Formats: sequence, structure tokens, C-alpha cells
Amino acid sequence: MTKGFKIAFKAVIILLAVVIAFLMASVILWIIGADVSATFYTICLEPLTNMLHLSEVLIRAIPLCIIALGISVAYRSGIINIGAEGQMSIGLLAFTGVALAFPDVPRPLLLPLALLASVIGGGVWGFIPGILKAKLNVSELLSTVMLNYIAAQFYSLCLRTIYLDPAEQVYGTGTPQSMRLTDNVWLGRITGRLHYGIIIAIVLAVLVFLLMWKTSMGFKMRASGSGARAARYAGISVGFYVTVSMVISGAFAGLAGGVELAGVHRRAIEGITNNYGFSGVVVALFGGLHPFGIIPASFFFGLMIYGATLAPTKVGVPANIVQVMQGIIIIVIVTAQMVLSNDYFRDRVWRRIQSLRKKEA
Amino acid sequence: MEHISKRFPGVLASDDISISVGEGEVLALVGENGAGKTTLMNILMGLYQQDEGRILINDEEVHFKGPEDAFKAGLGMVHQTYMLVHNMTVTENIALGYKKAWKGIHLDMKKVRDKVVEVSEHYGLAVNPDAYIWQLSVGEQQKVELVKTLCLGARFLILDEPTSALTPQEVDELIVLLHRMTSELSIIFISHKLQEVKALSNKVTILRHGKVVFSGNTDDYSSEEIAAKMTGHEIILPKNNEKNENGETVLSIKDIVVKSDMDTAALDHLSLDIKAGEIVGLAGVSGNGQRELAEVINGLRKCESGSISFFGNEIQNKNAEDIIRHGMGYIPEERNTEGIVPGFSIKENFILKDSTSAPFAHSSIMNGKAIDENAESLIRKFDVRCPGINTAAGSLSGGNIQKVILAREIERKPKFLVAVYPTRGLDMGAVEFIHQKLLEIRKSGVGILLISEELDEIMDLSDRIAVIYKGSIQRVLDKAEATRENLGILMAGVKL
Repeated sequence: MTKGFKIAFKAVIILLAVVIAFLMASVILWIIGADVSATFYTICLEPLTNMLHLSEVLIRAIPLCIIALGISVAYRSGIINIGAEGQMSIGLLAFTGVALAFPDVPRPLLLPLALLASVIGGGVWGFIPGILKAKLNVSELLSTVMLNYIAAQFYSLCLRTIYLDPAEQVYGTGTPQSMRLTDNVWLGRITGRLHYGIIIAIVLAVLVFLLMWKTSMGFKMRASGSGARAARYAGISVGFYVTVSMVISGAFAGLAGGVELAGVHRRAIEGITNNYGFSGVVVALFGGLHPFGIIPASFFFGLMIYGATLAPTKVGVPANIVQVMQGIIIIVIVTAQMVLSNDYFRDRVWRRIQSLRKKEA
Repeated sequence: MEHISKRFPGVLASDDISISVGEGEVLALVGENGAGKTTLMNILMGLYQQDEGRILINDEEVHFKGPEDAFKAGLGMVHQTYMLVHNMTVTENIALGYKKAWKGIHLDMKKVRDKVVEVSEHYGLAVNPDAYIWQLSVGEQQKVELVKTLCLGARFLILDEPTSALTPQEVDELIVLLHRMTSELSIIFISHKLQEVKALSNKVTILRHGKVVFSGNTDDYSSEEIAAKMTGHEIILPKNNEKNENGETVLSIKDIVVKSDMDTAALDHLSLDIKAGEIVGLAGVSGNGQRELAEVINGLRKCESGSISFFGNEIQNKNAEDIIRHGMGYIPEERNTEGIVPGFSIKENFILKDSTSAPFAHSSIMNGKAIDENAESLIRKFDVRCPGINTAAGSLSGGNIQKVILAREIERKPKFLVAVYPTRGLDMGAVEFIHQKLLEIRKSGVGILLISEELDEIMDLSDRIAVIYKGSIQRVLDKAEATRENLGILMAGVKL
């Protein structure tokens, strides 16, 4: 097999994937009678044209990145965390609790304290499925999803009771939200709504890389995930590392909640989690479960989420339709990745071409 | 097959190979792991296409596009790992490939069952057509594979290492069976066990690095000559001829009771003492508590009662990490899942037990350079054949994986070693190497518990031989009093 063929094969598959994704999405747009090219421009390119749009893309990428980093740590250690949504909610609650309880503590102390609270909150919510898996072999798919429900309802309850903005009670509008948090817990902004959480996300990515690939603990966690039986035979306490990885994973999701509150919303409202917990799983896998893949992957997903919000006003395409298109695009890309990693398929194509050439000659 | 060549990325798996088999003949295809035996057979079965060369059946050139074409031409292959669906019966499994019984979507199960009974009676392959696969032993499953292949009308059988998972008794039975079948069939069988080659085949072809290095009539050559041609040098399996210097007892197992995974008693008041600098061979038919014994010593299984004393420390029910720290080395039974993390690179597998200690890590920060240097030196010292230290350990051949494990365990300088089936499925060259290493560390004063099914291995290496039967030690024999016969009798459960 020649090198030229290998490159050509790769290029053709990628091109084919792009064309297929584009065609399928176009068909959907055509059916609902939208302007196909204008829609694609709006959701793919327009967000990159000015700083305001770009900052909106980035503030969506920040929580995605932090959550996906946590999920990759758990995944590499052999446990699939689909409970980031719930862990993020608990992080939001813990952050808000600290901010409401100590409004007068100065910022250099209160902001780290509140962020720490969100880390601990998420970590506890991750610890539960971790320890259940390690000690009793309870499926994490079950426990994390159930804990998502519990966290969502608990969050909703708090917003309507102990965290409810006193002003809402006075005016009786009844919107379930907290009062605006003290500016002692605000993260500063760089431009537009883009806040310094972006630095936190990038630093965490580097830390995860160092943890997983440069420390003994990361080595043992990866060994537990990659070959639990052999790890146990080599004296590694697999259960312990599975639990630790899940605590880390939960803590990251909790922190994503804290950062989102401190940087963007600055008061607890409904819908902050915005399905980031689930998208985070896709981002983690899309980024190859590696921190330096997760950074671009979270940017790409941030772009798509933001594109979906632009489409209704700019070109009159409902956000739901954009999400359908995105689903298709992701499936096509993932399929193309699998095809590219299948050397046997490439070998078959090569042989087919060779035999066709022989016939011609 | 004439002048067959096949190239894989980076290797020439078959290099201008020609072989021929006549009617009623048995050809043994022999060679070390990775010599290209299986590749060649996969080409014959149409699973791979050759790059050059041609295949002739009865002087007619054939082109198989896939295994279906090969079946039609009367070729059948029994793979090393059996391809059976466990929660289906024997008849149902065979029906999957038996196209004659399918009419549209209707499947004539009775016809399949009749055929199974007919074939099994004809060839003397006793299988129960209504048994579920999971109920059958490995030996019985192999008979099902044979019946399946014969039901499909095979006149020419290819057997890929048919004896690698069988007990010695099952091997003998299989050889008798195959002998009987040669009156009607031609057989190619792949093996690296020379007794079988001698017992069964008319002709032998030896492959090395994808090339035919020898072909001839089996009867004209001795096992030793064939072995030497296979590895390219004379093989003399080392023997333990030295006197045991009466070291002190380092591992003392007293009256332990251990449960199996099925909650039955796997070890029943077992006691055994092993001294420094001696090899104690544990002989027995597998499934008599060998796995559980190795696991309980290494802290991987709960000890219900009794005690295990290791250099004066009670280690029963301590965790694996503690026991490793006390100086225990372990070559586990399943090298692919227990011995290595298959997805990890070779260099990472070398430090699986030492990821927190110097020189590979200082206060938990790993030292990449020390890890690389360690790996480079170990693959040289233990002759691990691999593309590099970053190759995934799971992609290596069985012999090389075992060398990785051996290198890790020996280089940790253990005070004691438990070796479970250390040479199972390996070729002669690798066996020789592993035996040498075990004797070397014995000489340095390490006690070894050698668990094996190969009586030759146990008798070659051990100072004393303990026979295990139904979870307790039947008797411990000195090397001098052990013979194949008395060991066999003890293994069968008769007290001498």
C-alpha cells in the first residue's frame, strides 16, 4: 500500500463525511423551506466574525471544557460519569449558599471560598456513585442518572424556598431565582460576557494532563480503567482509584457550576446547567478523552450551541431544527472517525482498486 | 499451495511458501509463535488474499474470495479459539452454518440434529446434540467444532493448535480420534508440541519468520532434530540437577480453607511448606484448587481459616499491595488479563507494581527517563521482540507477553515467586528461556512455587513435587522418587 493512497483515502473519507453531513442537513432545511446557505453561514461562520459573537461561543465552551475534563478522568479510570448535570446543580447550590451566607466577606477570600464550596458539593455528588460502584458494584449509569433527578429537584426546591429572592416575595412575581449575588463572588470579565473562567478551564486542562500522565496516581487510575483485573493483581486498589476519579469528576462538574455563576449569571436561576452535563460526555469522547483534544472539542460544541441561538432571529430557523442538524453532523463525524481507524477496511479498498487496475490493464 | 507470499504492514508474513498435502495425509505445520503458520492457513481458507502465488486443489487453481468458497471446495478449519454461541445447544450452533437445512426462513432442526448424530457416530466423536455449549468442557467444545466442520462437508481439515487448551488426557483422546479420521480425510495441523507432531503426522513442514526452513517425513527425524530446526538452534531444556541446600522455610501454609467463585470449598485444609532456594512443583489436573491457592497467597482471595506465614509474617487476608511489598512475585495464570494491562505500553507494564517508588517516581511525580531506560534495558535483557517500548503490550505474541511479565517480576528482586502455568501455549524457544530464568533465580536463593499441568516441566525444574487433588495436598515427593506414573496416579486422586 502506498503512502499516497493512505493520504488520499483519509482525504476522501473526510470529504465524504462533510458532504454527507452537509447534504442531510440541507435536506432538512429545504423541507422546512429555509435558506440553506444563509443558515449554514449563520450557524457555522457568523459566530466567528466578531468579538462579541466569539466571546459568546467561548462562554459556552468554558463549562463544557471543565465538565468534559472531569468526565475524561473518570472514563479513563473505568467509570462512566453521566451525572455531571446533577453534580453541576449541587455545585451551583453550594456556591450560592456561600455567597448568600457571607455577603460581606472581602472578595479575595469569598470568591475562592465559594468556588471551593462548589468543588466540594460536586465532589460529594460524585463520591456517592463512585463508592457504590467500588464497594457494591452498583452500575454508575443507574446511580448517576438517578442522582441527576434528585439534584435537579433539590435545586428547584431551593430556588423556591431558602434561596428565593426576598424581592420576589415582596412583588409576588414568583420567579424562582435567588437575589443577585454579592459582587464579592464575581469573576472579572475580559470582553463582553467572556470571563476569566477561560483561564481556569485551560489551567485545569494542563493539570489533568499532568495528573493522568505524569503522576503515580494518574498511572494507577489509568491502569484501573484500562485493565482492572491486571491492576488488582499488581496490587493497585482499583476500588479506591475508581472512587477518587469519580470524586474528581464530580468536583469538576461542581466547579463548572460555580464558574458559570460567578462569571455569567451571578444569580441562581433555573436552566443554568443547560444540558452541559450531557454534552460534556460527547465533548469528552469527541476530544479523544485527552485534555488537549477536549479544548478544541469544547470550542466546537460551544460554536454549535451558540449557532443554534442565532438561527431563529437571523434566518428564521427554529433552534430545535439546528439541534437536529447538529445531531446528524456529530453522528456522521463519529462514524467517519471509526472508518478512518479501521485499517482492514482501508486494506479492502486498496485491494479492490488494485484488482480494478489489473482488469483495465 | 505454491509460492505464497503475503505482506502485512512492516512484516513479510509469508515469504514464498509452498506446501502440498496428499489424500489421507497428515501434514504438521510447525514453527514458533509468529512464524506465520496461522496467516498461511487463513490464506488457504480465503480469509486473507495472498499477494503472490496460487492455490491448487486436485491440480486445479482456485480463488477463494471468502471462507464460504473454501467450505464449498471441502476445506474446513477449526480455530484456536472456538467460535460457538454459549447459550445455544450443539444442534443450534451447527444449524447456524448448515445452509442445507434452511428453506427460506424455515429451519429444519430435525434434519440438523439427524446430521449431527450421523456425523458424530460415523467418526466416533461423542457429542450430545442437545447439550448447551456452556455445559461442555473445553475438550467437548472442540469435538463440537470438529462435528460442525464435518457437517459442512469438509474433506480436508485444518486444525489450528488443537491441543493448546486441552488436558493431557484429552490430548491423547484427540490424537486417537484424528488418527482414525485420516482414513477418509486429509489434515493439516498447526502445532508446536513435538510429541503430537511425532504421534500424528506423516509429513512435517517447519516455518520460521514466514519462510519454509524444512520439510520432510516425520518418521525420519527425532523430536530433538525437529525442535532444533524450528528454533534455528539446538534446544536443550535445562534441568534442575543441583542439590537443594536446605534453606529455611520461607512460605508456610497451614490448614487453609478457601472458597471458589461458586462458593464451594476450593482449598480444603491445605498445608505446604516451601524453603528458600527451592522449586516446589505443584502437579495436578487443572481445577483442583491451583488458581485459588495462587490467589490466596497473593492476597487476591479471602482465606476462611488457617494461616499463611511468609518470612515470619502472617499474610493471610492482607491486601495484594502489602504482600507485594513483603517481596512476593507472581506470574498469574491469565497472562493477557491478569499479568499485563493490554492497552498499556510495554514500558508502563514494566512498572505496574512500582509506579510510586524510586527510581520511577519521586514523591508521586513519575520520571519518564528512568521508565524509558528501564524498559530499554529489560527488553534487551529478556529478549522481548517488539517494535519499541511504546508498543501496546496486548499486541505482542504470547511468548513475548510472558517475557514482559517475567522481566517485571524478576527485576523487582522478589524474595519468593509464584509461577502459574508459566509456559502454557508457548513455543520451545520461549519455554527454554523461561526455564533458564526460573533456575537462575532459584540459584540466587529465591523460593518458587511452580504450578503447572506439564509433568515434564515440573519434573525438570522441581526440587520437590506436591500433588494437589480436590483442594488438598495428596503427597509431597522428592525429585528422586517422582515418576510420571506415580504422579499420574496421585493426580487421579489415589493415595499412595
